[in-house]
Amino acid sequence: MSDKLVVAKKKFDSRLIVGTGKYRNMSECAKAIKLSGADIVTVAVRRVNISDKNKPLLMDYIDPKKITYLPNTAGCFTSKDALRTLRLAREIGGWKLVKLEVLGDKKNLFPDMIETLKSTEVLSKEGFKVMVYCNDDPLMAKRLENVGASAIMPLAAPIGSGLGIINKINIQIMRNQTKLPLIIDAGLGQASDATIAMELGCDGVLVNTAIAKAKKPFEMAKAFKNAVIAGRQSYLSGRIDKTLMGNPSSPSKGII
Amino acid sequence: MKKIKKIKIKVNGKIITIIDKLTLAELIKDHKIPLKKVAIELNKEIVNKKGINKIKFKNKDVVEIVHFIGGG
Repeated sequence: MSDKLVVAKKKFDSRLIVGTGKYRNMSECAKAIKLSGADIVTVAVRRVNISDKNKPLLMDYIDPKKITYLPNTAGCFTSKDALRTLRLAREIGGWKLVKLEVLGDKKNLFPDMIETLKSTEVLSKEGFKVMVYCNDDPLMAKRLENVGASAIMPLAAPIGSGLGIINKINIQIMRNQTKLPLIIDAGLGQASDATIAMELGCDGVLVNTAIAKAKKPFEMAKAFKNAVIAGRQSYLSGRIDKTLMGNPSSPSKGII
Repeated sequence: MKKIKKIKIKVNGKIITIIDKLTLAELIKDHKIPLKKVAIELNKEIVNKKGINKIKFKNKDVVEIVHFIGGG
């Protein structure tokens, strides 16, 4: 059975998207990504270090021909900065599939949804396929969809917090109202959080800190890979109804 | 003979002194920057990489050269 993640008409085998930040070094990052099985990785746009010419480049470790780079606007606090960043990202080599993230507060890192909505509209008109980091707010998700978002990416909890999915109800409402890819982004702490996201019907999850900062990142990368697969299978299998009372697993007829 | 004129430009936040004949292509080459892996801005305008051998600088120009790094 073909069960691929489809974003902006592009198909991906893995439903796990991983970030490339916070690793100890590039080779650790590359190995963790490989073990996670991810087809998409988020990347940041930053200045080239012009004084250190021998600094290793991300592209030397993770081949953009084999893994889809998803340029991200992490660290942008205004629509202007986010647009500038993604236009530059496109210029590096034709990247149109991008992740928009406009933050509103330096401490809790919640998204500024007004700036995010504005940016989504502009980018969509410019031909970008925008995967949008957003609050777990169904109304705002609808607005993002209306202005041309290619994927809705609600937070589970604040970025890097490891708290897991705080508001499952909102995620379910968002799932029921949209046919766009719904991808949990930010705040996961352990593999089971990813399973829960998938069981809620999400199309994928994006994880960075939970893998990169785990005591054993390679093992955690594998755990997340399996957790996403398990959650998806569980969701597609159709869970049983919940009941208050017990229901015996063995037939009562023929008891001696 | 025309005297070589020196100008100051800012590249990735750092002020450097160059000769005014220097092209953007030469600047990229001098810093051993892999052109295919970067994007360039000159005074906040994105530069078409195909035309960089024709671009020269004036005093106080601001250049930004960016690439992809690890991020979430």
